Amino acid sequence: MIGALDLAFDAVLAILLAGLAWRALASPALFTGIVLFIVFGLLMAVAWLRLGAPDVALAEAAIGAGLTGVLFLRALDRIGRDPAGGEEKPAEPENGRQP
Amino acid sequence: MTPFPLYALAGVALVAIGLHGLFACVHLLRRILAVNIIGGGVFLVFGAVAARDPASGPDPVPHAMVITGIVVAVSATAFALVLAWRIHRATGRSTLAEDDPSPGA
Amino acid sequence: MAANPEAAGPTRPEPAPGPAARAGLAVACLALAAGLGRVVLDLPADAAGLAPVVSGRLAESGVDNPVTAVLLNFRGYDTLLETGVLLLALIAVWSLTPAGCWGGVPGPPARRGEPPGGPDPVLRGFVRWLAPVAVLVAVYLLAVGTHQPGGAFQAGTVLAAAAVLLLLAGMARPPATASLWPRLVAVAGFLAFVAAALAGMPGGREFLEYPLGLAGTLIELVETVLTLAIGATLALLVAGVPEPPAAKPPPTGPIKTELPR
Repeated sequence: MIGALDLAFDAVLAILLAGLAWRALASPALFTGIVLFIVFGLLMAVAWLRLGAPDVALAEAAIGAGLTGVLFLRALDRIGRDPAGGEEKPAEPENGRQP
Repeated sequence: MTPFPLYALAGVALVAIGLHGLFACVHLLRRILAVNIIGGGVFLVFGAVAARDPASGPDPVPHAMVITGIVVAVSATAFALVLAWRIHRATGRSTLAEDDPSPGA
Repeated sequence: MAANPEAAGPTRPEPAPGPAARAGLAVACLALAAGLGRVVLDLPADAAGLAPVVSGRLAESGVDNPVTAVLLNFRGYDTLLETGVLLLALIAVWSLTPAGCWGGVPGPPARRGEPPGGPDPVLRGFVRWLAPVAVLVAVYLLAVGTHQPGGAFQAGTVLAAAAVLLLLAGMARPPATASLWPRLVAVAGFLAFVAAALAGMPGGREFLEYPLGLAGTLIELVETVLTLAIGATLALLVAGVPEPPAAKPPPTGPIKTELPR
């Protein structure tokens, strides 16, 4: 019984990971894609826990979800900020800061 | 049943999705995102390989390699994003550019 | 190829692949996935790997956490090179500073008239509470890393996250890239590890071979310095390079290798 529950959880997690990765790359708005990537990183941390790797889960949650997400959001902000701006702007300005 | 086959296949799927995104997307930020997803897939395969034998516990050597890999991936991503910003500053576009075949060049 | 890049001719943005190319790409990726899946599933499904080897020698390594033992002792060479890679990435990022901004403070130039506290009171109030807790968590992760999940990398990244939170809330400005102390802290991790690796050599041991009784202490010392170095380097990587005041729109003509001044 417990074995089947574990298997179901792992299967749902694996499908979610693949689905999130797909949507992150395929979503029309880049901001949405980056947010989905952050969620993907957090679910990867859960996957590491399921694989018996708490050290890796800690590192992935902090770096993969946290720092990489901030890096991407700042890059998106800069590319949207310069004049002759890039192809995609963030969906809405964050916390009232105007470029 | 160990978690190995499920997570190994999930890792392989992530590598394939990331590779498809790397070639199909033209925006530089999306390409860097795709490379990160490929990296995540590779790490997941490592983790699945480490979790194969329940009797002796998870193998710590692939775990150490994945931790190293995660840190190297974020360093490379930071560098790639600054490169993308400089490309945008120099050319005004956030995609790479192709030369138009023209008779004079 | 043209010697003068300005004579390269007009350029256009790289076109997105058309439907035929996308179909071919999808088939190729599916084929790759099938091949990789086959290879991966062909691996023996019950192999113990190196886990028994590591647990057999764990007592000699000086720590109780097998991942920390592998990272800082058994495969210390990989971790040494990884600290080098972190340093190299920071140098590479700083080398992309636009002309005329070298040595400045990373980020866009301070805007006139913006309230000195930064724009968002909710974020600032939250960070004022959260950043000290994050530092506490980092110290805890470093301390328990020798016998429970944790260690230098985990602690270092939580420190970096605290620094990045302060940066995002506008409560701290990153140091100028020309100032000395961020460079010292970033280099300190790599140098501390090299020093520990050389520590055993006068006794006739190899590079990276720790003296048996001292291994635990050496690892703890290296981890402490490594935490600070990793935290600082990652935070500096996120802070980025100094940016010039808003650039004039660059001409979307031929690719120029000179930047508009």
